[in-house]
Amino acid sequence: MIPVKHTESDASTEGLDWQTESTGADMTRGDRIREFYERSIYEPAVVAWADMRTRVGLLMLSVYLAITAVAVFGLWREPSSSQAPRLLGMFENWSYPLGTTSAGVDLTAELVHATPDIMLMVLAGGVWATGLAVLVGTVAGYKGGRVDRVLMSISDFFMAIPGLPLVIILAITFSPENPIFVGVILTINYWAGLGRSLRSQVLTIREDSYVEASRTMGTSTFRILRKDVIPNLMPYVTVNFVFAARYTIFASVGLFFLGVLPYSQPTWGVTLARAQENGALFVPEAAHWLIAPMIFIVGLALALILMGQGLDRVFNPRVRTRMAGESESTAEEDETITGGTL
Amino acid sequence: MVNYYVRRTARVFVTIFGVMSLTFGLIRLLPGGPFTLLRTQLLQQGIPPEQVNQQIRNLQNVRPDAPLWQQYIDYMISAVQLDLGTSIQYSRPVTEVVAQAAPWTIFIVVASTILMFVFGILLGAIQAYWEGSKFDTIASSLSIVGMSIPFYVAAILLLLFVSYRWGLLPASGTANPNIENHWSLDYAISVVLHGALPILSYTIVGIGGQALAMRGNSIQVLGEDFVEVARLRGLSDGRIATRYVARNAILPMYTGFLLLLGFRLGGTVILEQIFNYPGLGLYLLDAVNSNDYPMMMGTFLVITVALVIGVYVADLTYSMIDPRISSGDSSEAY
Repeated sequence: MIPVKHTESDASTEGLDWQTESTGADMTRGDRIREFYERSIYEPAVVAWADMRTRVGLLMLSVYLAITAVAVFGLWREPSSSQAPRLLGMFENWSYPLGTTSAGVDLTAELVHATPDIMLMVLAGGVWATGLAVLVGTVAGYKGGRVDRVLMSISDFFMAIPGLPLVIILAITFSPENPIFVGVILTINYWAGLGRSLRSQVLTIREDSYVEASRTMGTSTFRILRKDVIPNLMPYVTVNFVFAARYTIFASVGLFFLGVLPYSQPTWGVTLARAQENGALFVPEAAHWLIAPMIFIVGLALALILMGQGLDRVFNPRVRTRMAGESESTAEEDETITGGTL
Repeated sequence: MVNYYVRRTARVFVTIFGVMSLTFGLIRLLPGGPFTLLRTQLLQQGIPPEQVNQQIRNLQNVRPDAPLWQQYIDYMISAVQLDLGTSIQYSRPVTEVVAQAAPWTIFIVVASTILMFVFGILLGAIQAYWEGSKFDTIASSLSIVGMSIPFYVAAILLLLFVSYRWGLLPASGTANPNIENHWSLDYAISVVLHGALPILSYTIVGIGGQALAMRGNSIQVLGEDFVEVARLRGLSDGRIATRYVARNAILPMYTGFLLLLGFRLGGTVILEQIFNYPGLGLYLLDAVNSNDYPMMMGTFLVITVALVIGVYVADLTYSMIDPRISSGDSSEAY
């Protein structure tokens, strides 16, 4: 979705349906498709690609998607014990690029085959946390009054509970095995902080003139939220989606590492835990056993952060207008950095 | 203004009440009920049922055969009296174990958060001042890399190299067990050395995010009109930097600071396990692994209450440094 452009002329007419429709009526269908393509796909892509961070981030993310594909289509051997020499270092033998464990398991196989589940977990965590935050934040901010107070009390309550201990207790209560369910449990209270900050955004957007215009014209609340409010939240939503996704990786690996989450097949955190149990900290020949999963974890988090910062450019209306040359605004780009250091 | 403090204080009690209810609910939710196993064990040992019930009552402060609402009230009343039941594995009051563990966790969390904040703000301010310089570019890139490293990865790497490879700092524990536990210089040094690695792993990965936030805010503030006006008025650079720029740039980072406190208190479960550091997190994990329900709920409750009170105190001090927050309903927007 593309945010409303914030030039003076655009802003005041955005909510006026008859105007957009009358200009739309003059266009042929092909024109409209072309315009949609330019506004929604081509321009953002150019803006995004112009930024080094997006380029690197996209590249890294596609590596992870490729790894996922490799695992899904079975292009690399499945991990099993005694399939390789014991404790082979990294890049010593190119059949086992990341080395092997003390039980002779190919580390590459173990990490690659864990990737699809992690990607699913991360996606589920990000979608759940940001989706719920958008719902709560927009409804609370736009409705106000009692609804607002109740919703904000709920999110205050969830913000007050430390996430990991809560997740640990929930994890032993429910023993989630399904990666999607794990992703949701991990971010069970992550949405609250984001919901609160989205609400304060909605509070300012609500007072903007074009929203007021829509309201005066009797446009339905749902349509105002969908057409006027949510598009303007997109920069926050995309950036925070990435942060929620990063939190999900960090928390999932951490809890698998602790052995709190149940597992039927190894994930990156389980690999890390087994390495530690087998004394990889003291045995110099086993250090790669710890390093290999770390590369996977840090790489994915880095890809997501770089993507988030690039996407901020795409969705940030001020930056976009500047790129399109429609305004000489010198407003500084927001560095929307939120969230914790988990 | 008074109204704000009253409301804020009321919220603390409401939240704590809510969390206490939640822990009670979670105990009921746990698979098979927490004491089913214990009860069968005790009954198999030939202990009469009344005695078994008495024992379970002592462990959790609830009458196991009473109706649910009665159990709930029992639980709440004793929790208010700071009686969190008795740990199954240690046979000691949970409050006692928690009181012993809490100072260590607070030490790690507070020390690392302050260090991270101070260094992050300094770094970000310098970057903003020389925006676009080579130093700025390198520092920003390093910050992004730092943000993508989870603290436990940093912890394992520090342990691997600093502790086991080079033997510079101790790998586990809170202090040298050979030194007597009282206030002496040797003991203090030992405590700092043992806390160094946990604190360091929490700090180094967090500096980057703080620096980036501070950098962004400072650049924004530097472009504001009032800074220009202050310059035209001929105020000294020091005054502009501290009173005009730093103050306005640090305030927005405050919300993030609160969230951070929460993440870190929770994160000690992982950190303390890696360093075998006997704080709240290690006891929580220990209780989870040995099905010690009173202990588990007790530590969870204490971690949460600590967080709620910490945020409350920070909130009050914040309203002192930012006059806008206490001026009526405007605070509701944040």
